[in-house]
Amino acid sequence: MKQLLTGDEAIARSAIDAGVCFASAYPGTPSTEILQELAAQSDKIYAEWAPNEKVALESAIGAAIAGSRAMASMKHVGLNVAADPFFTNAYTGIGAGLVVITADEPGMHSSQNEQDNRHYAYHANVPMFEPSNSQECYDMMQTAFELSETFDVPVLIRMTTRVCHSKSIVELKEPKSKFNIPFKKNQEKYVTVPAIARQLRINLLQRNEKLKKYSIATAYNYAEMYDTAIGIVASGVCFDYAKEIFMENASYYKVGFSHPMPLDNIKEFASKVDKLYVLEENDPIMETMIKSYGIQAIGKELFPTEGEMLPERIRLAFYGEELSGPKHSLEDVPPRPPTLCAGCPHRGLFYALGGRDGLFLSGDIGCYTLGYAPPFNAIDTVTCMGASISSAHGAQKIFDMFDSKMRAVAIIGDSTFLHTGLNSLMSVAYNNSKVVTIILDNRITAMTGGQHNPGTGFNASMGDAPIADLTAIAKALGIKHIKTVNPNMLDEVEQALDWAVSLDEASVIITRWPCVLKKMTESDNTEFTGAYTEKYTVDEDACSSCAICLSAGCPAISVDNDTMLASINDSCVGCSICAQICPSEAIVLKEDN
Amino acid sequence: MSVKNIMLVGVGGQGTITASKLLTNVLMDAGHDVKMSEIHGMSQRGGSVSSQIRYGENVACPVIELGSADLLVAFEKLEGLRNLAYLKTDGAVVVNDFRIDPVGVLAQTAEYPPNVIERIARCVDTTVVAAYDLALEAGEAMTMNVVLLGALAKRMEMAPDEWEDAIKKNIKPNYVDVNLRAFHLGYTN
Ligand SMILES: Cc1ncc(C[n+]2csc(CCOP(=O)(O)OP(=O)(O)O)c2C)c(N)n1
Repeated sequence: MKQLLTGDEAIARSAIDAGVCFASAYPGTPSTEILQELAAQSDKIYAEWAPNEKVALESAIGAAIAGSRAMASMKHVGLNVAADPFFTNAYTGIGAGLVVITADEPGMHSSQNEQDNRHYAYHANVPMFEPSNSQECYDMMQTAFELSETFDVPVLIRMTTRVCHSKSIVELKEPKSKFNIPFKKNQEKYVTVPAIARQLRINLLQRNEKLKKYSIATAYNYAEMYDTAIGIVASGVCFDYAKEIFMENASYYKVGFSHPMPLDNIKEFASKVDKLYVLEENDPIMETMIKSYGIQAIGKELFPTEGEMLPERIRLAFYGEELSGPKHSLEDVPPRPPTLCAGCPHRGLFYALGGRDGLFLSGDIGCYTLGYAPPFNAIDTVTCMGASISSAHGAQKIFDMFDSKMRAVAIIGDSTFLHTGLNSLMSVAYNNSKVVTIILDNRITAMTGGQHNPGTGFNASMGDAPIADLTAIAKALGIKHIKTVNPNMLDEVEQALDWAVSLDEASVIITRWPCVLKKMTESDNTEFTGAYTEKYTVDEDACSSCAICLSAGCPAISVDNDTMLASINDSCVGCSICAQICPSEAIVLKEDN
Repeated sequence: MSVKNIMLVGVGGQGTITASKLLTNVLMDAGHDVKMSEIHGMSQRGGSVSSQIRYGENVACPVIELGSADLLVAFEKLEGLRNLAYLKTDGAVVVNDFRIDPVGVLAQTAEYPPNVIERIARCVDTTVVAAYDLALEAGEAMTMNVVLLGALAKRMEMAPDEWEDAIKKNIKPNYVDVNLRAFHLGYTN
């Protein structure tokens, strides 16, 4: 059967057809859809959202040791969080097959860095596949499970945004049935005390030698010979890009199984072409291996290390020119960056924070990162998930040490708080820091498209789940001052901020209102009655043309260039922030809406 | 048949993703090799979005190289201008006469450039569609994306029946009729 699938869909489909029993993940672009697809088929596979990637991988390791095929999928930075179990599981190996999927983001379309996770395969001595298209995602996923079982090792599949989110035609195979190899106690294999780990380390190095032979033999590594003036070694989507540009004017060595590298095959390929080029997105990993094997090649001297290796960049690097399109100027075309949606419950908080001095605004990762932008400018630093609270803590200690009056405020979403913020808040309480932690509880994981999390009351397959109570958690960690506010009520928000900075101890403010894009649940409808059912409009007679409403930074509000009169468009959903800040009471509820 | 490249551009929330899904299904059912690439994520929050669709006998890569698109469908006119460089010199544009202000324009720190459609039309063969009005005529403003697909199908000289099947297969039953109306209004206007 043939289907048009994205790489993510092909991975999910392949997992089901490979008889995978257990899948765990934490959302992250561009990997999110893998688990979403699986969770939608809960009759065929058990699939769950974990609170973070470390938990996801450790859970999958447990499932594999218990004897059934298991997987964990994550975005590139997620593997940093899961790195600890990843490295040591490479020592113990698995019971039944275990596959880890990392979705990297060359070009950083929605990420905070551009790390190249192929390094992890080398660093942990784990075999790695790099699919180029959806068919390879499907095929490699199945092979990865077989390889995992043959060599008793977790296998890494490295995808990139273009592989995850591109669609191509996939030929599906006969599904396999699920199986279980009953667990047998085996401490020499699974208990990594030093005495045992030393032997496991030796095994791991020996296994690597065997994998080198596999790499030479596998059909995923192959040469395609055409004109031999140019020889190109490529992996992942770069292989497709290269073929697009060079067609039959070059020969190719395609590396589909990329750790360990098939170096002898590449040496042979190199001997058949006049000049060898290595095309890989981001770091010169294959290039370094190839060159240190004594093979002459050209790589990053010519091709970019940063960003995507898009066809036009290959053409420019190689031929010194781009294809020319219609001539026009973009000088006066303004950018269109993402913004907080009309009605976003984060808006009220950022409006309040943006108007205050003396605060160190320690940000985190989620939709609320957009609070850094004008008109709010209300975030001073962003590092990684969970860092807002711990970095605020470090900063607060220094402010105190040098008698600065500055107060550190951590700004973190509900999903991010439950991901890793919890540990950081524990440190704030334990180390007696007077950090103000604001948890923006919009009842969903919004940035990645609205996934449930342990705080929302639903699991990945929309079954009921217990609700992790943020107030109770903060209290249990040792925070004494906790307040919950409605972020759409500016007075409430301002008072809570005044209260928090007046305290000489740690406090937590929870802003609780559902995301405007959230599919409301029954309990949301009870708790947040009337949310998003109204619209506001401008009473032009009352409007004083002061344009203060623009400081709400709402995409529903604009001001006429000539008259400076405000107007509100149809995307308004009635959060009322603009009405609260209008000094002329000119923004009023729209009747008959 | 040589590989053809179609690019759909617009603003997050305008339905470019659904439109590209319909288009790729139609092309696949017509027997083509199809590849499609799309960037979601950050771009959803009212930012620029684009879907790149390639079809033919044998498509090597899923992305469209700068300067090689045959057709550019702009769901919002400024996004058409922004992405013009993806077109071949003899490529064509189907542009929605519809304006969505970027944040900078709303905040009065930037200006929405004047004469956007005229500027596009000066460069390449351009079809202008009043998709918003036609979508309202169909009965639902949300069907603006399908109106544009109608105009695209016409431009590609494809018969409407395969599109109708794709709409029936891929769109929620309650919305099929209004989308079929939208498609035909786009096709015939
Ligand atoms: C380690 C890691 N995992 C996943 C992501 C992807 N990611 C970015 S923001 C986000 C979720 C944010 O949700 P929440 O904290 O609830 O804030 P919201 O977007 O709802 O405002 C995720 C999963 C990431 N950047 N880093």
